[in-house]
Amino acid sequence: MGCTCNSNDKEKLFCSGVLVENRPGAILPPQEAWEKKKGGYVVIECPQRIPCNPCATSCPTGAVKPFVDINDVPSIDYEKCTGCGLCVAKCPGLACFVIDLTYSADEAVIKLPYELEPKPVKGQKVKCLNRVGEEVSEGEVYTVTEPLKDQTTVVSVVIPKKLVGEIRAIKVVC
Amino acid sequence: MKKTIETDLLVVGGGAAGLCAAAEAAGAGAKVTVIESDLHPGGQLVKQTHKFFGSKDEYAGTRGYKIADILLDEIASLGDKVEIRTNTTVTGYYPEEGIFTAMKGEEEYYRIKAKKTVVATGAQERLIPFPNNDLPGVYGAGAVQTLMNVYGVVPGKKVVMVGAGNIGLIVSYQLRQAGVEIAAIVEAMPKIGGYWVHAAKIRRLGIPILLRHTIVEAVGDKVIEGAVIQELNDKFQLIGEPTKIDCDVICMAVGLTPTTELFWQAGAKMQYCPQLCGHVPFRDNTMRTSNPDIWVAGDASGIEEASAAMVEGRIAGFSAAKALGCKVKEGSFKEYWTRLDHLRAGEVGEKIRGGICQVLVDGWEA
Repeated sequence: MGCTCNSNDKEKLFCSGVLVENRPGAILPPQEAWEKKKGGYVVIECPQRIPCNPCATSCPTGAVKPFVDINDVPSIDYEKCTGCGLCVAKCPGLACFVIDLTYSADEAVIKLPYELEPKPVKGQKVKCLNRVGEEVSEGEVYTVTEPLKDQTTVVSVVIPKKLVGEIRAIKVVC
Repeated sequence: MKKTIETDLLVVGGGAAGLCAAAEAAGAGAKVTVIESDLHPGGQLVKQTHKFFGSKDEYAGTRGYKIADILLDEIASLGDKVEIRTNTTVTGYYPEEGIFTAMKGEEEYYRIKAKKTVVATGAQERLIPFPNNDLPGVYGAGAVQTLMNVYGVVPGKKVVMVGAGNIGLIVSYQLRQAGVEIAAIVEAMPKIGGYWVHAAKIRRLGIPILLRHTIVEAVGDKVIEGAVIQELNDKFQLIGEPTKIDCDVICMAVGLTPTTELFWQAGAKMQYCPQLCGHVPFRDNTMRTSNPDIWVAGDASGIEEASAAMVEGRIAGFSAAKALGCKVKEGSFKEYWTRLDHLRAGEVGEKIRGGICQVLVDGWEA
């Protein structure tokens, strides 16, 4: 396709399941509003059109806009997003996160889905992983909930604000 | 062989498609017998610990094994309309007499005479040849799922997964959940075949996916000690140096092919269709094959997601019940097709659509 070597590498990473840049279905919230929004905004990373819509149908406020076609990628109405995180618990692809930038001057809180053992507990220090599983920082567990009582835990972790674009998983070490 | 049982509708296969066909037909009043070769009904659903995709109508967001429970509850609510015979395999079909033969366990044999039949036999796993692929420790992904998710047994400590379709990706995630290390997932194609989000969730746990790579050899004396993998070029020729990865399990998730013996025996008109992953029967939009008494549903009609298999089961069950003279809710048929069309509408459904248009007929001549 006449790509440069660099974009080839990016494409290859993307083709193996790693988000390398914003694309439809995987867009960060508008920065200015995001920085002020208590409770945070949803961040969804679902850039492939697949027949799946629970993020939209489970959203209590319509912030994940209703799909016209079930294959639509999610798009967000940020005015409506309360950061409740129901979609984090509901999404079968574990592709929804909520990121709150208002926690402190240099820390943010990410709510992420977690389905492994052992479960973290409040106050515990965990390793924070980027999109290829590298440990990029430590984080402190803020809350652990199971909103839908369906064995998908939603964990809130305090992370360095400068890494909100990278951290998407945690590793619990006992 | 003395015993013959009789039923209105025989459903061969108690998986996602078969249970939906049975529920639908019994809901319309048909007397249904489901024959399931496994010890329990539910097919592949019972092994699926992940949440399903799709819409609410296909139980999206619900874990697969819970969907099996939901379908079995629906069937139970229909009273004695549906009889499910487990641990029983349909061994043949004799079209001259319209008789199926069945075997319970390995000793009890009997015949089944049914007015109509839905064949929902699902699929079987493919394997690829490589030296030592008969060593203990080389598993199909279905076997790994059965061991782990049905019987609670991990297959080993460290796995090389071959194939990054949805099954390879999902089983890798389930292995990781069970505390098993995934050394690598190798995939011959230049991109993952499964849903991108499935890949993303295992990538961020640090599991590598090596695109354009294949397994060339299993290493070991009595059991698996490693897998030799190698890179492929865009013509699928081996390039670069072979690399050995230590592992005690090689898990094969390189695709499925429809289980179709009964259609061949029934003389149904068949077609090889690469998009549907093998030979499949021609069918009309009621899922009826060229044999007027036999319908098809689920993976036996072409490899697709369980969500589609369930809707196909509804369509086949509805249509077979209607053919039996049961009172069906006419609107349902159109609704099911709308759902199926939606599920297949996207890019990932393109292949399926291309396959189905080769085997879908307008109708069968009377």
